[in-house]
Parts: sequence; C-alpha cells; structure tokens
Amino acid sequence: MFAALGRRAVTGIAVLVGVVTLTFVLLRLSPGDPAARLLGPSATAAQLTAQRHALGLDQPLAAQYAAWLGRFVRGDWGTSVATGRPVRALLGDAWPATVCLVGLSLLVSYLLGLAVGALQAARRGSRLDTALSVASVTLFAIPGYWLGLMLVMVFTYWARALPAFGAAGLDAELLVGSARLADRLRHLALPLATLTLIGIGGVARYVRGALLDVVAQPFVTTARAKGLPPAVVLLRHALRNALIPVLTLLGLSLPALFSGAVFVEAVFAWPGVGRVLVEGVQARDYPLVMAATTVSAALVVVGNLLADAAATWADPRTRRGRRAA
Amino acid sequence: MRRLLSDRRGSFGAVVLCLTLFVAAAAPVVTTGTPAAQPDVVGARFLPPLATDRHGGFHPLGTDRFGRDVWTRLAYGGRVSLSVSLLAVLLSVVVGVAVGAAAGYATGGLTLLLLGITDFALALPRVVLLLLLASLWPPSAALVVLVLGATGWMTIARLVHGEVRTLAARPFVESATALGAGRARVLWRHILPNALTPVIVATALAVGNAIMLEAGLSFLGLGVQPPTPSWGNMIASGRDTLVNAPWVAAAPGLALALVVVACTLLGDAIRDVYHGETADGKRET
Repeated sequence: MFAALGRRAVTGIAVLVGVVTLTFVLLRLSPGDPAARLLGPSATAAQLTAQRHALGLDQPLAAQYAAWLGRFVRGDWGTSVATGRPVRALLGDAWPATVCLVGLSLLVSYLLGLAVGALQAARRGSRLDTALSVASVTLFAIPGYWLGLMLVMVFTYWARALPAFGAAGLDAELLVGSARLADRLRHLALPLATLTLIGIGGVARYVRGALLDVVAQPFVTTARAKGLPPAVVLLRHALRNALIPVLTLLGLSLPALFSGAVFVEAVFAWPGVGRVLVEGVQARDYPLVMAATTVSAALVVVGNLLADAAATWADPRTRRGRRAA
Repeated sequence: MRRLLSDRRGSFGAVVLCLTLFVAAAAPVVTTGTPAAQPDVVGARFLPPLATDRHGGFHPLGTDRFGRDVWTRLAYGGRVSLSVSLLAVLLSVVVGVAVGAAAGYATGGLTLLLLGITDFALALPRVVLLLLLASLWPPSAALVVLVLGATGWMTIARLVHGEVRTLAARPFVESATALGAGRARVLWRHILPNALTPVIVATALAVGNAIMLEAGLSFLGLGVQPPTPSWGNMIASGRDTLVNAPWVAAAPGLALALVVVACTLLGDAIRDVYHGETADGKRET
C-alpha cells in the first residue's frame, strides 16, 4: 500500500516539475520581451538591458531554466507586477480559501451525489429515476458562473437573504463568536451551493452506473438469496463495492472541480487561488499567473494523493498489499 | 441511425442541435439582422421579453442596456460560440486521434513519451491551462480555438490509444497484415475506422464542454471581444444589469445549457446504441 502511494507521490512531483517547465517554455514562446512587459512602454534601452540582466535573460537557455527551477523550489516566486506584493504572500493568503471552498463542496456533493445515485439505482427505470437523470444531466451542463449569477439574482437581489461577494462582511473584524461564524457561513453559502450543484450531477450519474454494475455481480444475488432486505443489500453490500470506483473518480475529477472553482471564485469574489489567477491574467501579471498555475497544480496533486489513499483504504484487497483486479 | 433517432435522448439532442445550428446559420433571416444595432439607446433599452418598442420593433427576448435586441444577439452570438467550439473540437480530435493512434500502434519509447505527455496534461485543471495561455497572448477568437484545441485532445488520445491497442490484436488486423498491407495502411484503413464510435461519443461531449469553456473565457473577458456578441460576453454584460434586466444574462445561459444538455444526451444515446450493437443485445440499451 505504501509502495503504491510512494510511486504516486513521485508521479505527482514529476507533474509539478512538468508544470514549472511548461510555464518556462510558454513564457519564452509568447510574443514580447518579459523585461519590456515588466517595465512597460516607457522604459529606456539601458533600463531594459539592466532588467534583462536582473532577470537572467542574457544567459543561455539551459542556465535560465535551471535558475527558474531553483527559484520555484526555494519559494522565490518574484513580485506581482500589478500589486507590487511578493507573489508568495499573495498566494499564501489565497490557498486556504480555495481549499476550504473546494473541500467542503467535494464533501457535500459526494454525500448528496451518493444518495441520489443510490436512490436512482434502487428505483431503476422508475419515473423518479428518469426525473433525477434529467436533473443531473442538466446540472452537469450548466456553466458554474451562470448558475452563480442566477443564484445571486434570486437570493441576493430578490430575497435579500445572502451576500454575493467576498468571504466575510465589511464588519467581520468587529464580530465575535457565533456572529462571526454566522457571517462566514452566510458568505460561504452561495459559492458553495453553486460549486456543489454543478458537482452533484456528475457524481450521481457515475454512482448510478457503478451501482448498477455491482448489482449485476453474483455476490449481490447471493445476498438477496439469503433473504436480506433490499435496503441492506444495497447499502451494505453494493454501495461499499461501488465506493471504490467512485473514490477513484474523486481523484480524477479534481482538475475539473478546480476548473469550476476558478469561475465560481471569479463570480463571487471569493479570495482564493482562482480569483488571484483570473485577476493576474486580466492584469497580464505573469509572475503571479505562473505561480498561481503551479499552486493550482500542486493542490490537485495533493488532492489526488489523498483520493488515492482513500481508495486504497476502502478496498481491503489493496490494503493487504495485493493489487485489486 | 434509425435506432439513434428512436432513442428519446438521441432524438431530443439531434433536434435541439439542428435547431440551434439552423438559427445560427439563418441568423440574418430569423432576426433583425444587425446584432450591434442601437436604434434607440434611450427609448428602447431594458425592454422586457415580448415587448414592442415605440418604433414598432418587436423584441421576443427583450433588449439590453444599449437597446440592442437580445434575440438577434443570441442568434449571432450562437454563430460565434458554435463555430469557435466546433473548430476547437475539430482541432482536438485531429490531435487526439493522431497522438492516440501513434501511441497505440507504435512500441517502446514513443508510446511511453506520448502517454506521459497525455497523462501530464490530463492531471492539470483545464481552465488553469486556458488562463495561462490566454494571459500570454492577446485575446481573439482564433486564440480561443487554439487554446481550447490544445487543452482538449487528451481524453480522445487516451480513448483512441485503448481502442487501437485492442483492435491491433484482433484477427482481421492479422489477416490484413498477412495479405501484405503495410503498417500505415493497416492503421488507416483497418484499425482507425473501427475505433471511430467512441471518438464520436467523446466528440459530442467535447463540443458541449468547449461551448461552456468558450463562454467562460469570453465571460472573463479573455475570449471573443465585444461588441462581437458571443454567449459568454453576453452573460458577462448582463451581469451588471441582473437587478433590472435579468433576461439579458438569463437568455444566453439557458441557450448554452440547452445545447450542452443536447450534446451530452446525444453522446449518451450514441454510446448506448453502439454498445447494444457490439454486445449483440447482451447489454441493455
């Protein structure tokens, strides 16, 4: 089990090195001189030369690449062009907000998705199954930013019930105890609901399929033949086995979840990595964009490792060290 | 084909997609014809759906803050959104099939290299890659096609790789080789045509995905630039007028969701019909 996870960790590190390499290559491929971009149109030739030297652009490509990798490893990610703050500080403030939003959304959408998928598999072919299938395909197809705007329209402008922007109110610093927590939760409600709603559809579709595959296997027939009630067969025998492909899906769906989070963060001004990335892109703040890309990839890699660990734990066959068939 | 259309999901998807393509193609005929027209900025702005302005112009979906007809912009925006997404998917299918076929049919180092690149690209959030690319080049419709194509080929490559590997071990491939067909001919004439169905399914899903992402990029101001309408920048411009004119943002979003649902259902239906045929009815369709 640990050997397999160790191999996964090595793959994850390879992915991160790949991302840093990719950002380096793209920066060199893109039009324009990075030094000129940093200094703006009013820079003189002497300033440009000095800046190029400072950035190491007058060195051979291999040396530049080595220096680029070295700076990333040391955490020296440069200064944001737009804000003048160190990139590392900006992202250090941002990543907990993203992990909080994505993690909670993952939890809620998998719990609800499991419930909906199990219900559909149990009532297969019924009107309820069809209705829930239509609902999950529709949720799967709705763009997150649009769903977010519609929720804002209903809950912020019409019902005047929930705030639409940011992670905390303007008076958050003055609040204490339960009032502060309530303020946080109210701000979390709409972004979390948006990200969760678009997630449930995919999970429910997959759980339904996985359960129907499991239900067709002989051990489920045996359980039924023993006279177990259908609910026990479904929950204790089928669901547990269907959980393994579902946990694998969790790891595989993390990149898509992060993609969704980028838009949701942009719509709700949620102070996470996605918003930093979008604002960096809009301001052509490329040191920030490069680092935000790498941090997003790192979060996905770590999330994948956790999902792998969970899938390994859920499957007793791999827990004992043998590979699952 | 007949079985596909007798499937409710398949016929729904096909009808919705055909209607959308028709409206986009016939936009000059079915609308007022000029998406950027601002005939009466003050008098005709923020008219609700089904309203008639004081010049007698009828607006089935209302008007936006410049008095532009939302239905006209929706149809012309559909032209942009659909053509950008279709071109992008075409690009990713070509790249995906090429990479997948090469990885599936070649042996040794090349396979490992291609699969490594594919898995690497699959492990990254696609939107993050899109934003990275969009930040380095100036925004345009052509850039959207390129970046969507460049970030969308991996699933298709994986699929084709798997199919080619399975098919290459089948007896008919062996007999083609025994008859003296070269490797390229075997791949092109015998293997790839048989690997097409899963690619078609993946393409249907990819079109839906590309439409959503194109709109997403335009929504963030990194895709198709106003005043050219696209569904994404229409949603973005409706964002500021959510309170007094919710239809401006709602209409393109609903159109988008409808088309994506249609693509998903059509893809599902094709897959089930295909499985039903290959498994000889053993699997339920």
